[in-house]
Amino acid sequence: MAWDYDSVAAELLACEAEVREREPISDEWPELANDIAGAYGIQDANLQKRIERGEKLIGVKLGLTSRAKQQRMGVDTPFVAWLTDQMILPVGDPVPQARLIHPRIEPEIVFVMKDRLEGPGVTAAQAMAAVGQVLGGGEVIDSRYRNFRFTAGDVIADNASSGAFSIGGVSVKPEDIELGTEGILVEVNGEIVDSSTGAAVQGHPGEALALAANDLAKRGLAIEAGWIVLTGGITDAYFATPGTSIGFHFTNLGSVYFYGGDE
Amino acid sequence: MDSISRTSAAEALLEANRSGVAIAPLRETYPDLTIEDAYEIQMLTVRSWLAEGREIGGYKVGLTSPAMQKQLGVNQPDFGHVFVDQFYLENMPMDLSNHLLPRVEPEIAFVLKEDLRGPGVTVVDAIRAIDYVLPALEVVDSRVRDWDIKIGDTIADNASGGGVVLGSTPTYLGDVDLRLVGCTMHKNGQVAGTGAGGAVLGSPINALVWLANTVGPLGTTLEAGKVVLPGSVTKMIPVAPGDRVTATFGGLGSVTALIANTPKEN
Repeated sequence: MAWDYDSVAAELLACEAEVREREPISDEWPELANDIAGAYGIQDANLQKRIERGEKLIGVKLGLTSRAKQQRMGVDTPFVAWLTDQMILPVGDPVPQARLIHPRIEPEIVFVMKDRLEGPGVTAAQAMAAVGQVLGGGEVIDSRYRNFRFTAGDVIADNASSGAFSIGGVSVKPEDIELGTEGILVEVNGEIVDSSTGAAVQGHPGEALALAANDLAKRGLAIEAGWIVLTGGITDAYFATPGTSIGFHFTNLGSVYFYGGDE
Repeated sequence: MDSISRTSAAEALLEANRSGVAIAPLRETYPDLTIEDAYEIQMLTVRSWLAEGREIGGYKVGLTSPAMQKQLGVNQPDFGHVFVDQFYLENMPMDLSNHLLPRVEPEIAFVLKEDLRGPGVTVVDAIRAIDYVLPALEVVDSRVRDWDIKIGDTIADNASGGGVVLGSTPTYLGDVDLRLVGCTMHKNGQVAGTGAGGAVLGSPINALVWLANTVGPLGTTLEAGKVVLPGSVTKMIPVAPGDRVTATFGGLGSVTALIANTPKEN
């Protein structure tokens, strides 16, 4: 079949609902691979459908916030995607395996916005001034594409591999924390397997937030007061299979644990 | 390996250190090289350097991350000696022209105020023996061609040691959680590595405990005043003349290594 924006949008939502993985759309429709504007159109159309079926828009998530990964994918700004209340994973609840294909978890620094942030021309300093609270969290990413294989267009259309997210209970004001050296230890089944700092996110998560605000402005959108912003994975993502426990330990933002559910 | 082979392996490493010309991996020249042989070869080189008048300023623990251990196919760290003449000053150009393929890695260095002698050293003993910690950038290097190392090659080669740049701001153990200290390393202004203290064997203190309990039975006491480099917090990065590397540690301050641009004429 010949793909168009509407049919890709419908297919991706269907994959999510049916917990079905597929090959990247760009395998069959190569033009989608670099059609960033078209891919965001698909993402926005599916947000509309999510809202029509009763979900509430509560924020944005940033993806591909590592410069090295951006270079590999041929883009120069992070991806932005939508968060709805359906994606909230209360701390302590097991990873919802039944509705996810191949969930992986990555640690993130989370912002709750105090003020509306509207680009273009936003700097990291202005972006951080609009942040009300900084927290530690983790995102359960899930791609509708087999083995997480995708192009920029594929993954943006797929709401940047959104799945679920949890936010920890320690909240700090942005002026009280240096995110560039905020450390993160990743523990999988009790072993320390990875570590990093907030600098892994675009040099500083505030830089990622500014880039996102400026990118959204191209679509006439802003980051609204009260929204949650997941600022991007700080380390690699780790598979959250049943029986697995994953802990993220932050220097100043506490710890957040995930449990893959019973085997 | 017999003692003649160990001696000739040590001679080869001493010569490589002098000449700056790399050697073939010892495991190829001496296929029966064991970890025990490798430490014996390291000790032969260390005794030779001591006889030349060099002084031991501290010790380094290596292979402390799961990634490095996996890469070399081992499940234990290793250790080497750091000589006083290998301590470089922060922000002062360091001449690495006698190095082969130097790399740099950020570490949380311990300075001891009490002797520590294993076996039987516990975390409590180690904590009591620590005076303070300093941000550090360790220079590592391999006398083995192109870093083509396995565990025996690196142990014999003084655990691929090359030197250290220490920061100048002491922090006391009770003031930080070493496991959760974040470290961001910049090279020439760009983020080149990120990590946290727990990347070192779960905690850098664990590396100190391991070191004390490993060298104690060999007759070595970690003496008061000595520096212990417990292992890298991030991946190591290659450096070249003119490079500047800064490691910034949350709560510990930063340390900068400058690689001299022009080799010094002797």
